[in-house]
Amino acid sequence: MSRAEDKGRRRDPEGRTERSSGVVGLLIKIVALGTIIGLAVMLTPALVGTDRWGFLAVVWGVVAVLGVTYATRRFVPAKYLVPGTLLLVLFVVYPILMTFQLSTTNYGDGTRTSKEVTVSRIIGAAAQQAEGARTFELAVGSEGTATSGPYTFLLLDAATDEVFAGTPDGLTELDPDTVTVEDGAITAAEGFTLLDRRQINEFSQRGGELEGFAVPTDNGVITAQGFSAVELYSPLEYDAAADTITNVETGVDYTPVQSGDRKLFTSAEGERLSTQSWEENVGLDNYVRAFTDPRISSDFVGIFIWTLVFAVLSVGTTFALGLFLASVLNDARVRGQRAYRSILLLPYAIPGFIALLVWSSFFNSEFGLINNVLNLDINWLGNPFWAKVAVLLANLWLGFPYMFLVCTGALQAIPSDYKEAASLDGATGWTNFSKITFPLLLVAVAPLLVSSFAFNFNNFNAIFLLTEGGPFSPDNPTAGGTDILISYTYRLAVGGAGQQIGFASAISVVLFIITGVLAALQFRATRALEEVG
Amino acid sequence: MTQVTPQAGQVPAPADLSDPSRRGRAFKGPRTANKVSRGRWFREVGWRHVIGIIAVLYAVIPILYILSASLNPVGSVSSTSVLPDTVSIDNYVALFTDPTRPFARWFLNTLIVAVAVVITSIFCSALAAYAFSRFRFKGRRGSLLTLLLIQMFPQFLAAAALFLMFTSIGEVLPAIGLDTLTGYIVVLLGGALGQVWLIKGFFDSIPRELDEAALMDGASHTQLYFLIILPLVRPIIAVTGLLAFIGVLGEFILASIFLRDNEIKTLAVGLYGLLDADRTNNLGVFAAAAVLTSIPVILLFQYLQKFIVGGITAGSVKG
Repeated sequence: MSRAEDKGRRRDPEGRTERSSGVVGLLIKIVALGTIIGLAVMLTPALVGTDRWGFLAVVWGVVAVLGVTYATRRFVPAKYLVPGTLLLVLFVVYPILMTFQLSTTNYGDGTRTSKEVTVSRIIGAAAQQAEGARTFELAVGSEGTATSGPYTFLLLDAATDEVFAGTPDGLTELDPDTVTVEDGAITAAEGFTLLDRRQINEFSQRGGELEGFAVPTDNGVITAQGFSAVELYSPLEYDAAADTITNVETGVDYTPVQSGDRKLFTSAEGERLSTQSWEENVGLDNYVRAFTDPRISSDFVGIFIWTLVFAVLSVGTTFALGLFLASVLNDARVRGQRAYRSILLLPYAIPGFIALLVWSSFFNSEFGLINNVLNLDINWLGNPFWAKVAVLLANLWLGFPYMFLVCTGALQAIPSDYKEAASLDGATGWTNFSKITFPLLLVAVAPLLVSSFAFNFNNFNAIFLLTEGGPFSPDNPTAGGTDILISYTYRLAVGGAGQQIGFASAISVVLFIITGVLAALQFRATRALEEVG
Repeated sequence: MTQVTPQAGQVPAPADLSDPSRRGRAFKGPRTANKVSRGRWFREVGWRHVIGIIAVLYAVIPILYILSASLNPVGSVSSTSVLPDTVSIDNYVALFTDPTRPFARWFLNTLIVAVAVVITSIFCSALAAYAFSRFRFKGRRGSLLTLLLIQMFPQFLAAAALFLMFTSIGEVLPAIGLDTLTGYIVVLLGGALGQVWLIKGFFDSIPRELDEAALMDGASHTQLYFLIILPLVRPIIAVTGLLAFIGVLGEFILASIFLRDNEIKTLAVGLYGLLDADRTNNLGVFAAAAVLTSIPVILLFQYLQKFIVGGITAGSVKG
């Protein structure tokens, strides 16, 4: 771009206006904003159709923020800040707030649905085909596109050839003239887009739009069974006022009874109707459980202490080794410092997850490198104590190069006059190091030590990739010998059996708070506050 | 680096006196002139090389073991040692021929995610850093501190919430739901402002007179930023890019939640699954994958070494 072109509009002394780059910029702006508005418009019907009002508000909120920022000439700093900030708010801040909210619920396996849905599922699960119940050929129609819904069951009565439209509100008979029937199946219906069989299959699966779709009738409910539908009758009835499910055949009443963090419909004799419960606000129960429930709190406190020990020792050992090597090698008479540094950097340069997986195979007790080379017979990953040692040893290898680099840098920044002066005053090497070098160095690296501590406090990879939190004792599959809080939380939230998302979120909140305290310490250590000014 | 060359008869250079090798030698008196200098050399310098070489061995042996494992055709833990007995490239071939472990696909996925995330986040971070460095606006101090605070919280602490959030996003927008690379990229973009502080420091070191001169010459804010300021901070952009790249490469926890289909896994979850499936017998193939993944990263690190030393002392920790 030439100097002439470089001149923009505002302060152009010769009064030339809109330069080519200005036009291009404007075009980019219009296209980008237009695309975003277009996307929002496209999403709107689907969001309205499925009652996702919060989601809709977020989408248009984003559009509004972008519009105000970029379509006007005002708020110049905001033009630079908005892209990253939007991403931060949507995908970091909002999930953090959502974690707080989840931590006051019992959300998890068996409590995923609302009470209303759970009740209707319990009733539906007990349903059976009554004698002489009607059966239908099923087609599924959508009032919008095939994927948008809302959906209607189009039902062809196999016995009478009558055609019905079924929705969660009930069954209505359709005028046969508006429906095309070929070979005993509905192939078209006025006002509806029909789903093909693959779509019906897909949407009927767990989490799909048609899961649990049921049409209430006078005798029971009509539900899908593959590509046909049957009218089922359930002996269970729910009385909302009394909050009771009654089996009208046996006359037994089931009422919600608290069991752990959830309520289950239970009879007076203690018989449970179902293991399904529902999502409820449990206040601070999850936090109270973490600290007081005898079994959970012994896990929690043990893991908490090990998390601290792990973080302190990880920082301590890597710093000690890094500092030692830096002090030894940082001497002008040592040749090949560059070569040393390049090689010692290697463990730091290897992607962390690879190094951790490699180390986990070193600790293999039968054939692992460590037992072979050192001629040991230690069951590294099977014994809780040795597994902890193994984790620290592997983390030392991964972490010492970082500390070595940091300490080398800090040592080189200390003026050599200090040491010379001390030497002239008769200080020996050790005194010199402990009284002069080390305190100066510590001031320089303190913020890095704190941030390294905070990093290790939540160092999920180091634990999970080496030991998966294990070894586990046979009677306690949720808390392993090397688990730190974050790996424990991970198992509770997404690990195999019995996800406890509410409880896991409460522990995440505890981690947030601890991390916040560490952050405050780091603020003080780095004097970041002064730098801002 | 300033350093004083010590002369004969001076106080020994500051050193760790607790080191055993040094103490042992102190009592063995030198006998000839030649040995004096050699003995002193060892006492003052040589022992440092001894420790340096031990450290080098410590750093390198695990790496040699992996190289050796990758070249060992048997590929089991029991048959592998630090130096290989037989050499073959069977493991490397197996890596690219077995469709149950699509290494090339994982590699490509990782590259796609890393490039998308690194470019977007460097772009967003550099924009924001520029605003914080050049403009004085209401709430500047507050937002800088808030940013610093929020960044202290690792995103994966909210993993369960992110999982639920993207389950529901996926129901409306399947393209960025769970089990898609785009969804995973979008999640990681939450950290798009991660490098603001580091880049801001470099913007601060560019004299403001430069901006003023450019504005006087008639440049717009956009032109000033993209054509004048950004090219000046290219080295730090490269380093923060590398650090962000390493972060994405090692990201495991969210990837393990978001990427469950074998075809869309990244290297971190893919290789974990590979080794986890059979820790004893998959070592060879895993090692080959580890070597191929590590080499480009190691080369980049060596190339950018001096910048990295500056970068990490400014406060980023490897992820």
